[in-house]
Amino acid sequence: MSAPLLEVRNLRVEFPTRRGTLTALDDVSFGIEAGEVLGVVGESGAGKSLTGAAIIGLLEPPGRIAGGQILLEGRRIDNLRQDQMRPIRGRQIGAIFQDPLTTLNPLYTVGRQLAETMQVHLGLSDADARKAAIGWLETVGIPAAAHRVDAYPHEFSGGMRQRVVIALALCAEPKLVIADEPTTALDVSIQAQIIALLKRLTREKGTAVMLVTHDMGVIAETADRVAVMYAGRIAEIGPVRDVVKDPSHPYTIGLMGSIPEVHSKVERLTQIDGSMPRLNAIPTGCAFNPRCPRVFDRCRVERPDLMEARATRAACWLYASEASARAA
Amino acid sequence: MPLDAADGPPVLQADGICRYFDVSRPWLQRTIAREPRRTLRAVDGISFSIPRGTTLSLVGESGCGKSTVARVSVGLYPPSAGDVRFEGQPLSSARAQPELRRRMYMIFQDPYASLNPRWRVRDIVAEPIRAFGLLKGDKEIAERVGALLRQVGLAPADGEKFPHEFSGGQRQRISIARALSSEPDFLVCDEPTSALDVSVQAQILNLMKDLQRRLSLTFLFISHNLAVVRHMSDQLGVMYLGRIVEIGPAETIFRRPLHPYTRMLLEAIPDLAMTGKGRTPVAGEVPSPIDPPSGCPFHPRCPLANDRCRVERPDPLAADGALVACHAVQEGRG
Repeated sequence: MSAPLLEVRNLRVEFPTRRGTLTALDDVSFGIEAGEVLGVVGESGAGKSLTGAAIIGLLEPPGRIAGGQILLEGRRIDNLRQDQMRPIRGRQIGAIFQDPLTTLNPLYTVGRQLAETMQVHLGLSDADARKAAIGWLETVGIPAAAHRVDAYPHEFSGGMRQRVVIALALCAEPKLVIADEPTTALDVSIQAQIIALLKRLTREKGTAVMLVTHDMGVIAETADRVAVMYAGRIAEIGPVRDVVKDPSHPYTIGLMGSIPEVHSKVERLTQIDGSMPRLNAIPTGCAFNPRCPRVFDRCRVERPDLMEARATRAACWLYASEASARAA
Repeated sequence: MPLDAADGPPVLQADGICRYFDVSRPWLQRTIAREPRRTLRAVDGISFSIPRGTTLSLVGESGCGKSTVARVSVGLYPPSAGDVRFEGQPLSSARAQPELRRRMYMIFQDPYASLNPRWRVRDIVAEPIRAFGLLKGDKEIAERVGALLRQVGLAPADGEKFPHEFSGGQRQRISIARALSSEPDFLVCDEPTSALDVSVQAQILNLMKDLQRRLSLTFLFISHNLAVVRHMSDQLGVMYLGRIVEIGPAETIFRRPLHPYTRMLLEAIPDLAMTGKGRTPVAGEVPSPIDPPSGCPFHPRCPLANDRCRVERPDPLAADGALVACHAVQEGRG
């Protein structure tokens, strides 16, 4: 098997604070193949956005990568200096963030922002870059692109802005795009348009996507594989169909049951009592054990790593092959 | 929950309520630029009624006026036209009637902004009790606050803490405890779970349904999330640009949506059941409510629009157990 496009090995991100070091990501490992869409889901504070930020080298200080490796096409990128990272960011890895208004520079026209990106990364001339910028605006479905290229971000609606951000992320033709909650700020009808656009463009260009969101519906429709995060670790990872329809980890099972569905009605939603632990109070053993309906002694003491669990891989002692573990 | 028609008048009845906002530029600038005054018709003639013990949900995208309806319903905004009646009494007189005000309360979206950070939880929850003079004596009030906190799944000892010591879901529980402290019959919930994570959202929705059953509460539930709405509602109203385009029993509308906008909304929602299935998203965006399209406001995005839709505004008419404001549905073109 060839090396995946992106490989994250045992990534650990820490935030040193006056009252001790908080471990925000711990032992996170996964890979993304070329052209694949990996969904990353979890609740607030699970570490999904942080994983994206670590990959693209945009961790907010004092956050720092304290362990593990990030490899892009087999080459380590987690230990690069900022000036070495710059040609990778944008050119190799594009980014789409939640709020299109803060992603775009309000003082430059959208055309200039697109053109600048392509001039820096692809070395286009002024005229070519402008032509390409108009082309990209057309590609992402902005009407009257030749005219709108000279408009400022505030002249666009939220959905149109997010289209511009997608154009910006894809215009240097990166191999991987990290999309962090790309539709969370948008209304459902616009969300559907943006997801369809992102899906179409990345498929046409063979771009791999790491799609970070808390919306399981978006993941179910878009992703090939999905990683479920809890308290800074991956709780379960596997093909999207298996994780959604037949999850193995008790957290994923609870999470799926707690989502109300539009196309059917249940009298009562499954609820997971309690809430995710704070970073300074992560329980020993499995981080989910105080909320887990199937907890047993081993969970409280020993931390599970990802292991084969039916169709997926789950960090849960229920799937430890030793019979002794279950008896304990 | 059964609709109990024998239970007297509906708890809340809105008749053709409108709410306009003046969004003109300041007088001098307007005069220099020779601009006319500009009005934003946030809510433009909507009617509904909510029987006791049931939930009416209003859904729609940002800017459709659903939160304005919520505020008009509890009297936080006076309507520009039309009227709201609470158990048959006009709400416009509620200012003069503390008893009416006591019986309605609002739960807001952001549990971080709606609780005073400088107050202890016990004082936050006791505020309506003190404001309406429902109980005398600190001991009685403390007991009542403890019972309310238990009712929403917190401990009486949590009353000593400050809001920042709680997570988002727990804060929303505090908001609910405060809303229940004046023993209201009618609660307006404006996106109560939008700021919460799904597993916490499930806890809050379950809690709200339990309390509704136990205390026979009446809810006006505002949300943009159709899945949440389906879970909560007896009746559903779909809003678009300040108007209700379809209203009726929730299950009927979810099973068989008639208005093209309702169909589009239901179609647009990514669903767990649809793994791998592609959808055709509807083109276009919500137009500005300051300058809404002529005729039916949805016509620029509607696949069924014809000349009549561009000119004539459709009125809500009965169709299959619901009220639908659409020429195409009425003409059988849908």
